[in-house]
Amino acid sequence: MTTAPIPSPAGGPDITTQPAAALHDPGSVLARKPRPAPPGRVSASLTFAWRALLKIRRIPEQMSDVIAVPIVFTLLFTYLFGGALAGSPHGYLQFLLPGTLVMAVLLATMYTGVNLNADLGKGVYDRFRTLRIWQPAPIVGALVGDALRYLLASALVGGLGLLLGYRPGGGAPGMLLAIALVVVFALAFSWVFTLLGLVVRSSNAIMSLAVVVLFPLTLASNAFVDPHTMPGWLRAFVRVNPVTGLVTTTRAAMDGTVTPGQVGIVLAASAALTAIFAPLTMRAYRNHR
Amino acid sequence: MEAISDLAVHATGLTKRFGSTLALDGLDLAVPAGTVYGFLGPNGAGKTTTLRILATLLRPDAGTARVLGHDVVREPEAVRARISLTGQFACLDEDLTARENLRILARLVGNRGRAAHARAQELLDAFNLADVTDRPVKTWSGGMRRRLDLAASLITTPDLLFLDEPSTGLDPASRLQVWDTVQALADAGTTVLLTTQYLDEADRLASRIAVIDHGRVIAEGTPGELKAETGAGHLHIQLASPGQGEQAQAALAHLLDLPVHPDTEPGSLSVAGPAADQAALAVAHLECNGIPVAAFALARPSLDEVFLALTARIQDSSKEHAA
Ligand SMILES: Nc1ncnc2c1ncn2[C@@H]1O[C@H](COP(=O)(O)OP(=O)(O)OP(=O)(O)O)[C@@H](O)[C@H]1O
Ligand SMILES: [Mg+2]
Repeated sequence: MTTAPIPSPAGGPDITTQPAAALHDPGSVLARKPRPAPPGRVSASLTFAWRALLKIRRIPEQMSDVIAVPIVFTLLFTYLFGGALAGSPHGYLQFLLPGTLVMAVLLATMYTGVNLNADLGKGVYDRFRTLRIWQPAPIVGALVGDALRYLLASALVGGLGLLLGYRPGGGAPGMLLAIALVVVFALAFSWVFTLLGLVVRSSNAIMSLAVVVLFPLTLASNAFVDPHTMPGWLRAFVRVNPVTGLVTTTRAAMDGTVTPGQVGIVLAASAALTAIFAPLTMRAYRNHR
Repeated sequence: MEAISDLAVHATGLTKRFGSTLALDGLDLAVPAGTVYGFLGPNGAGKTTTLRILATLLRPDAGTARVLGHDVVREPEAVRARISLTGQFACLDEDLTARENLRILARLVGNRGRAAHARAQELLDAFNLADVTDRPVKTWSGGMRRRLDLAASLITTPDLLFLDEPSTGLDPASRLQVWDTVQALADAGTTVLLTTQYLDEADRLASRIAVIDHGRVIAEGTPGELKAETGAGHLHIQLASPGQGEQAQAALAHLLDLPVHPDTEPGSLSVAGPAADQAALAVAHLECNGIPVAAFALARPSLDEVFLALTARIQDSSKEHAA
């Protein structure tokens, strides 16, 4: 190695006297005082929601599930079951579309758990946890991002249904009310998956659990078939299944026959799910690792 | 002995078990405020576990820790308001860019829109990351991530900064940058608790050092004290007449109760680990007993030698326990 200074080319900086370390002014790493006050609950949650949106922009492929699943299900159920159960796909679509909407959005909730689980493994949450912020903010913010995913899934099912010939009796207001109720319920239901995302070790395990939970809940309801054809024990399950209430209300909203009581049931079920699973999620979050 | 209020970290009897592994076994630690404190120990000694407990990420099974006067278990919010942690592995959002990472964190510590943006830019410039700012972090090299991770810890200047192996995997220029940064923070009054595998780093930055092994502190003091205490230097003796080698070897071994090794050069001996006073006596003893010494030197131990001597001592004693 030579220690003699290399003559610098005309006009250029003398690289031998400018090591990389000298470019850096150590004093500039210091922040100005005073330190800002920590953000409030809303501000912290919104920052995490913004983070969720940035992530959707950087990795748009994570939206594939909320795009593909609703489209495939709507087409499949309409033409597969429609012909077999109701004689014509078109007649069945009037009955089926609200159920498909519920199923597509509820299936999207499992990715809340899968994404949280993957996110938690990445160490960036260690940093969030050493900040003085409202502790639920990362999860609440992520749910705001998820709400957008659920809206997208709803819009796809609704739009495709209209294309295929579905006509809501309740018109646009009925359709929007139905979507709003489904998204509210899905957000409440997401707390189940945030809890699973925290306590279950791998994303794969969450997926298999989700299938075991979500398929019976959505299929063993009045979403796709009239429960009268079911055996008694199954009918008993359908009656207590919260998804049945959601489907009934959604269908009524779309048909334009919804009652305040039906809306109340969905809101009450959502509140109950949140009241149980949000605190459990937060406890698991505090004790995570 | 320091008054408790002058301590940035005061931990007593910290114990943490992971399944059958006892990661911390009654660890005591007192870090004076306003200093750079080094935390040394072999792999698996419990350094990261200690830092995670002090940064409120883990709860100890037993023992207490106060950080800047606040209990880490009962008052985690008060602790979090004044600390920052740069973990052993980068804590960044891989899918996002550096600017996005820093802006999110700047907001989360309370900066609003424009101020958050400005602070992010300031740090990117300070750490020479401006060129790669708008590429997702997952496309970055390991050393660049380390630097961004450190930048992320400095969005507000903490009163206490935990650095877990800050310079592992950095090139020499980047390491100097990290050292400059630590020095600048310390000059501005931040207490820094850093773990490291590089003893020259501890020697250079830290005013006090704790050596830990198997979840306990096995030695503590200034770098100078540790070197003097372990006395793990080498005594080299060159005899006036090479023929007396064996005689001198026997006399030294008897006197110092340490193994004496003949060097390759005839009449040259070395002994590892005598304390300075004993070494002086040994040289005098040879002279008095008709074995003239032509030259001798007592090499001061490097911190590496101190470290190896300390951890080896622990291993010996645990072997004795097992026997
Ligand atoms: N989450 C965990 N689960 C199980 N064991 C753990 C966990 N974290 C640490 N350990 C164990 O605790 C012990 C101490 O680990 P720690 O990470 O604190 O060591 P360290 O001193 O930081 O080591 P290194 O120099 O390799 O970083 C090790 O035996 C390790 O295997
Ligand atoms: Mg470690």
